Amino acid sequence: MSERMNDAQLVKLTAAQMAEKLQAGEVTSRELVQAHINVIAAAEPELKAFLSVSATEALKTADEVDRRRAAGEELPELAGVPVAIKDMIVTKGIETTAASRILQGWIPPYDATVVEKLKANLMPILGKTNLDEFAQGSSTEHSAYFPTHNPWDTECVPGGSGGGSASAVAAYEAPLALGTDTGGSIRQPGAFTGTVGVKPTYGGVSRFGAIAMASSLDQIGPVARTVLDAALLHEVIGGYDERDSTSIPEPTPAVVKAAREGQKMDLSGLKVGVVKELSGKGYEDVVSHNFEHAVELLKSMGAQVSEVSLPNASYALPAYYVLMPSEVSSNLARYDGMRYGLRMMPPADVAQTSANMMAYTREAGFGSEVKRRILLGTYALSAGFYDKWYGSAQKVRTLIIRDFEKAFEKVDVLVSPASPTTAFKLGEELTDPMTMYLNDVATIPANLAGIPAMSLPMGLGNGLPTGFQIMAPAKHDDMMYKPAAALEAAFAKEAGEVSELPTGKWADQAAQNADVTSAEADKINQAEKAEAVDAALKAFPGVRVTKAEEK
Amino acid sequence: MPTFTKDQVQHLGWLVRIALNDEEADKLKDDMNVISEAINSIQEVATQDVEPTANPIPLEAHLREDVPATPFTQEEAIAGAPEADSGMFVAPQILGGEESE
Repeated sequence: MSERMNDAQLVKLTAAQMAEKLQAGEVTSRELVQAHINVIAAAEPELKAFLSVSATEALKTADEVDRRRAAGEELPELAGVPVAIKDMIVTKGIETTAASRILQGWIPPYDATVVEKLKANLMPILGKTNLDEFAQGSSTEHSAYFPTHNPWDTECVPGGSGGGSASAVAAYEAPLALGTDTGGSIRQPGAFTGTVGVKPTYGGVSRFGAIAMASSLDQIGPVARTVLDAALLHEVIGGYDERDSTSIPEPTPAVVKAAREGQKMDLSGLKVGVVKELSGKGYEDVVSHNFEHAVELLKSMGAQVSEVSLPNASYALPAYYVLMPSEVSSNLARYDGMRYGLRMMPPADVAQTSANMMAYTREAGFGSEVKRRILLGTYALSAGFYDKWYGSAQKVRTLIIRDFEKAFEKVDVLVSPASPTTAFKLGEELTDPMTMYLNDVATIPANLAGIPAMSLPMGLGNGLPTGFQIMAPAKHDDMMYKPAAALEAAFAKEAGEVSELPTGKWADQAAQNADVTSAEADKINQAEKAEAVDAALKAFPGVRVTKAEEK
Repeated sequence: MPTFTKDQVQHLGWLVRIALNDEEADKLKDDMNVISEAINSIQEVATQDVEPTANPIPLEAHLREDVPATPFTQEEAIAGAPEADSGMFVAPQILGGEESE
């Protein structure tokens, strides 16, 4: 066997390569997990991608994998390859907060179906990643704890809501992660951080245990550095689940096979439609330029490219901003201070009733973006306005689905930029909600129609990544993986030998540092989190009920 | 499309049990007016002949086998409770003091 790989070399492997080396006995899962813990310790002071690190748990799983493999047991393909999880997905025994004050300290008594699947596949869980509170935002700045920074430029946001998962994967803190995508929360951070993010067909991955934001739009999906890695994780988490009434009772499409097929770089016969409405005005020049180049690469591999129109695409964003807040207002009604999470009793001069307790709890527990959406959604669902707002938005949804159906009669897949801009600076878009909302203009249509869509890197612009979006017909997730893998291979061929990426600097540092103990790692960002909550709650009236007061 | 007033926002706040302060209600009012202006355009295409869609991937209701499963224990169910007593959630009084409205 060759000389042992150092931490930086280990973490820079793809998940598929890690799996191969584990199977070949060239590396142990413990070494792999420890290397990632070391990178997390080196990167977190600057990136803040994790809300909690579960190093002790991860090493326990790693040791089990190593023991069983040594005993000659046949293990699942990704056994021993670590993964991070967006803190919007519940994990039994690991704090789950949705990046909200209202859930700080909550330890779920159950696992999400996708987490059960990760565990069944013996994948060590490195921790929970940061997000905009309740996945509401496009920059991760709406986290109640702290913003996450983009590893390409730490003054920039990583996108959102899944900025934590995207940053962690981009900076080699984790090879794989889970995200949730309601309007682009996997794909737009993918575009901003140069990672691959996939929103599967609605119903393709169980939502049981995903904290509900907008239930008719939410979907869990993989975050990875390569298309094949995303496909491997997609097959682990996908499939029917009777605990989710919207789960499709069919097997996951063969996405891994499609990704491997795509690596051959032959797209002859594939019909690709460039969406006319998702380009041009509002899209940065560097994004448009890289997109056009990517389309040329598809053509050079034999794809037949034509322009396709989605005439109602411009109504997708406004319809989304009616449907989503409406569903948010209903889903977030459960956070009432009664059974779990934060409880704030009213100040002494206010009647100490349940109703008042709920009002003071929700006032202190929710951030401004969440409140905005709850209020707007409640209004849109109220008697007398329901038809005009919610009903109209549901009709627009029908029109958008029809647009896609017509488009897919002509072409196999549709393409567009994944985000109209590159990553913006922290604080830059916080003042005007509509500016922030426009980030998702290219990603929202796929959520409304329930179709699968993914973002993959299409080169840099001004030193920052840009993302290419591929959309496919519902239940045909495999169809987007082939051109995605082909495009990825074409970009790699074009780039030739890649010099060191700026995102690798923490991995390189970690290789110089001594191993971090799991006890130290488990404390990462915990003090900052507690301070952020304490400081924020002081600004609100009321008396916080702490568990110490239990009778 | 409505133009929200601060009073309406305060009223909505009470309906959704969020004890908004004055300054907050004022800011939310402005934001909500900007957003409602921007989403107004859906009325243009949502004509009577278009059917609404609730679930983009229509499925038939699925029946599962009638097999017993194990629910949470009482202990697990109240483990996250802000206040608990004798295996039960403790709730503040339900009646009285409606002056917040």
